[in-house]
Amino acid sequence: MSSHSLRRWSWIHKWSSLVCTVFMLLLCLTGLPLIYHHEIGHLLGNDVVAPRVKPGTGRANLDDVVQAGRTLYPNKIMMYMSQEADEPAIWNVTLGDHPTDEHYKPIAVDARTAQVIAEPAFEGGAFMSTMFRLHVDLFAGLPGKLFLGCMGLLLIVAIVSGVVLYAPFTRKLDFGTVRHGRTSRLKWLDLHNLLGIVTLVWALVVGATGMVNTWADVLLKYWQATEIAAMLEPYKGAAPPTRLASMDAAVKRAEAAAPGMQVAFIAFPGTPFASPHHYGVYMRGNAAFSSRLYKPVLIDAQTGAITDQRELPWYLTALLISQPLHFGDYGGGWMQFLWALLDAATIVVLGSGLYLWVQRGRAVKRHAHAVAQGGKAAPAPVRAGAAR
Amino acid sequence: MNSPFLKLWGAPILLGVLTLIGLVSALLGDGIWDTVSACALGAPVAAGAWYGLRGWRRA
Repeated sequence: MSSHSLRRWSWIHKWSSLVCTVFMLLLCLTGLPLIYHHEIGHLLGNDVVAPRVKPGTGRANLDDVVQAGRTLYPNKIMMYMSQEADEPAIWNVTLGDHPTDEHYKPIAVDARTAQVIAEPAFEGGAFMSTMFRLHVDLFAGLPGKLFLGCMGLLLIVAIVSGVVLYAPFTRKLDFGTVRHGRTSRLKWLDLHNLLGIVTLVWALVVGATGMVNTWADVLLKYWQATEIAAMLEPYKGAAPPTRLASMDAAVKRAEAAAPGMQVAFIAFPGTPFASPHHYGVYMRGNAAFSSRLYKPVLIDAQTGAITDQRELPWYLTALLISQPLHFGDYGGGWMQFLWALLDAATIVVLGSGLYLWVQRGRAVKRHAHAVAQGGKAAPAPVRAGAAR
Repeated sequence: MNSPFLKLWGAPILLGVLTLIGLVSALLGDGIWDTVSACALGAPVAAGAWYGLRGWRRA
């Protein structure tokens, strides 16, 4: 690599990393507990466990499940109800003052008896909620999300430029060499290169999927403005429904229309996943991969008839697939553990990068000072560790 | 096999491919797919730990 292009890539690597490093450290640190949010919720006693019922108890009528939530908060409206794939005994119901209420009330309702089990702590309690907010939007809503998305883009630039710089720095070394026993700078440079290159693909994937996730709100808005708007054409000028059709009947129709699939979540009229005139019933498959993909069935909220069912557009499918790849929640305990270790390795890469920058700044200053004193200057710190 | 390119990039490419296998495998299925995923994704972690942690005592 010519010294000119080496200098250019170094500049790109330095500045792209410097700008995003503080935020990436924050994301890595807050992401660590989020990897284990289920386990932490269990330890803190914030998770909901379905009570034992008589074997053979069937599914409760969904209208009763909805009613259980509405009885608890008569002045609020239904926003969503959802089921986790591995917990069919619980409906997670949320109610709010309006369809996009950020301070919604979460309620866990027994899917077999329609009894309220618990009101789970909001976003998993104060600690997890703080971690979550810091990780997702820095408590700043959509602008915060998009800002973190930009930092994610810088991270990708930093990773790519780092790979370009990997060659001149390690060409003469065997893979994995860490030069102990010389300068501390050399040791940390080698560690930075080693951990950077082994975490490369993981960090790129987690960084890129994280960035895609920051666009979730925007993609949903786009979907509403295009496809949902098209579905709403026939409803132009019609007043929103005053009485909502039976949810139980609606879901039975959706299940019949999408055989072999089960309900993942239901969006009530007015929420971003529905329309003012529809229930959005989102079905998912039963297999590992298809359970990640949703098929929306739109049901007229007044009549309870299916008005439309279509495939999700590619950009929402991409969003859905990017989520597990960011969370690391799809391969069991070992994957979680490896995710945590890779996260920790990334923290070391970020920290050592910061150290190398600070240290180099000091070395340059020392050198300038020595020159100014007219003394014998130590050789200037070499930018490329290639010259040894 | 002793080309300078492979000496420099052989291990990173191998670890990168294993990482990709690890990331995709568990998406496609459960059970054995998760096991494959854990082993493949374990490779870069093991390499990082092995090379990163050795030599500290001597120093």
